[in-house]
Amino acid sequence: MSNNKTKASGGFADKFNNLTDTNLLLTITVVIFFLMYIGAMIFQGGLFLKPQGFFNLLNANAALVVLACGLSLVMITGGIDISVGGVTALVSMCCAVYLDKMGGNVFVSVLVALAIGLAFGAFQGFLVAYLDIQPFIITLAGMFFARGMTTIVNTKPFNVANEAFNKLKMARVIVPGMGSANRKGQYIDAYVEIGVVVAILVVIVMFCLLRWTKLGRAFYAVGGNRQSALMLGINVKRTRFLSHLLCGLLAGIGGYVYFLHVGSGSPAHASGAEMDAIASSIIGGTMLTGGVGNIAGTFFGVLSLGTIQNIVSSAGLGEAWWIGITRAAMLCLFLVIQSVVMVRKKKAS
Amino acid sequence: MQKNEVKKSNESALTKMVRHQMFIPLLALVVLAVFNLVMGPDFFKITVGQNSAGNMVLQGYLISILNDGSELAILAIGMTLVTAASGGQDISVGAAVAIAGSVLLRILGGGNSRPEELAAPIIVAFLVSCIVAMLFGAFNGVLVAYFKIQPMIATLILYTAGRSIAAWINNNELPVITDPSLGYYGGYIPGIPIPTPFFIAAFCVAIIFLVLKFTNLGLYTQSVGINENSAKLNGLNPQVIKVITYVIMGLCVAVVGLIKVSRIQTINYSVIAKDIEMDAILAVALGGNALSGGKFNMAASIFGAYVIQFLTSTLYRFKVSSDALPAYKAVVVIVLVVISAPTVKEWFGNMSKKFKVKEVA
Repeated sequence: MSNNKTKASGGFADKFNNLTDTNLLLTITVVIFFLMYIGAMIFQGGLFLKPQGFFNLLNANAALVVLACGLSLVMITGGIDISVGGVTALVSMCCAVYLDKMGGNVFVSVLVALAIGLAFGAFQGFLVAYLDIQPFIITLAGMFFARGMTTIVNTKPFNVANEAFNKLKMARVIVPGMGSANRKGQYIDAYVEIGVVVAILVVIVMFCLLRWTKLGRAFYAVGGNRQSALMLGINVKRTRFLSHLLCGLLAGIGGYVYFLHVGSGSPAHASGAEMDAIASSIIGGTMLTGGVGNIAGTFFGVLSLGTIQNIVSSAGLGEAWWIGITRAAMLCLFLVIQSVVMVRKKKAS
Repeated sequence: MQKNEVKKSNESALTKMVRHQMFIPLLALVVLAVFNLVMGPDFFKITVGQNSAGNMVLQGYLISILNDGSELAILAIGMTLVTAASGGQDISVGAAVAIAGSVLLRILGGGNSRPEELAAPIIVAFLVSCIVAMLFGAFNGVLVAYFKIQPMIATLILYTAGRSIAAWINNNELPVITDPSLGYYGGYIPGIPIPTPFFIAAFCVAIIFLVLKFTNLGLYTQSVGINENSAKLNGLNPQVIKVITYVIMGLCVAVVGLIKVSRIQTINYSVIAKDIEMDAILAVALGGNALSGGKFNMAASIFGAYVIQFLTSTLYRFKVSSDALPAYKAVVVIVLVVISAPTVKEWFGNMSKKFKVKEVA
């Protein structure tokens, strides 16, 4: 996969060729993200200039970060999971019903969320890994099942009125030194929600898992070439199963983070979240063919997607359809970049 | 001795029947029919009644299955070809139907959301929507064939953007066409008691069978799907053939767009043809076609589409809400793919062998 032959002349082109696939795609993403954000700072100003603007981006996309991490993991292993959006909606609805109508406690609701995620992950993982069924079909069914179950649990959207939960929902983590003065000249601290802390923890844990553990390297090996992974003595079936299981677990966590952000249950929640998560992973440099990807890239992928959405809506293209179209255009652009870069690299080597 | 032989040939006939591609959809249909019969035979009653326009028309569950299943049958044609050639499914069909319908209404209304009369003949509007839908199909096809992106991911782009584009075409307005002639395509032509969509579907099916019989389309798509490299060595151009299947899918989408828009004489961008991609994929799978591409059986797919509609009608009959419908269908999909998974088949084969050995002993 990597093209690490050292060449005599150390020009830029050679350095370009010597980058591994993962690093090359990651570099493209990070550069594009910073270009976009700096461009927005210069041409649009406003909230983009304040640190809180950046933190709001994190607040709004914390759940997506968690979901996208799970998807990157599955995609690195060579699979796909499109049930994450449905699971998010189901988790929100179940937790909302449990907290609001049954008066349950917050800790148990977290367990409910994790259990739902794990159940989906385990079931889908078993079918994909041990029965060798196409992951797309299984998780498509999983998505429809989750969406259908959400309406079976409760049809109408409603807000949760649970004191302990609302306290947790309103909890803010203050980021020191990043505050700014408002119009009246008062100093307001910059804050992030609890979900962001969870999301960043997930990113760090997943990054370490993929980079430095045996299991993490096994994910890359299985995604890169299943046959040679098998010959290296990796338990391919178990690895694929674990990737789906972990993705399910992360969908559960992401679902709860989403629930914490919106504080309500609705069948329409997280519609298209699977698509956003896949798009973020792809933008972050995860290859659909497996074996290539980086969690740091995924994180930047989510931020890029959020930034372009902010740019579009603050540029006065407020109509709902522009966001859908720009996001799709961005996904399309990155897919084509991936495809072109890979073809060029193959030719160069 | 002779008896034994007779038994053997009987058995092979039975296994032959079980192995036949039509077996699973037929079995599903029989199970559903028997279930409905047990729950009340009024399901099979066909009556002649008057519809709201005052025409004498046939009514009953079976007629509505034939009626509502037409869109699915037409999409199943395109989906089968796409699946066979590219080894993946087009998940953007629902969104593409929204685009085709939106274009149709835009041309008919001429930019006016409550037109007094049609701004253009329906045939012109339909042809334009065909071209637009085929262009979007070609877009998907190019991404799949030339950029080598997995079909489901490539079509994910249009899946996300499609309904937004549809809303954008009409400036987010919902044009209502009051002209009754538009209603003929999704309703009834005066004097004919059978719903028009059924005729349109039959027409499409007839055309595709003629095409498959008299051209090499079927052979080429199958050979590209089975082994792209050897197809190339045999002088085929796999990329062009893949793009052609996606363009045909676009044509099917445009026809469905016409029927869908004609049914309600207007459009709702977020609801029109919702989740139809799932049903179309399900129809292909139920027809016993491999979702990983290669050989296909068009008749089985189309038959599968009507079986799916039969299932939907059955679920509606038992007051399942349309929002909860996907959950039940998802269970059917999972059962189907699990049954047809090679590992499970092997396991069943071993089980029956063991059983036979025991019997002999």
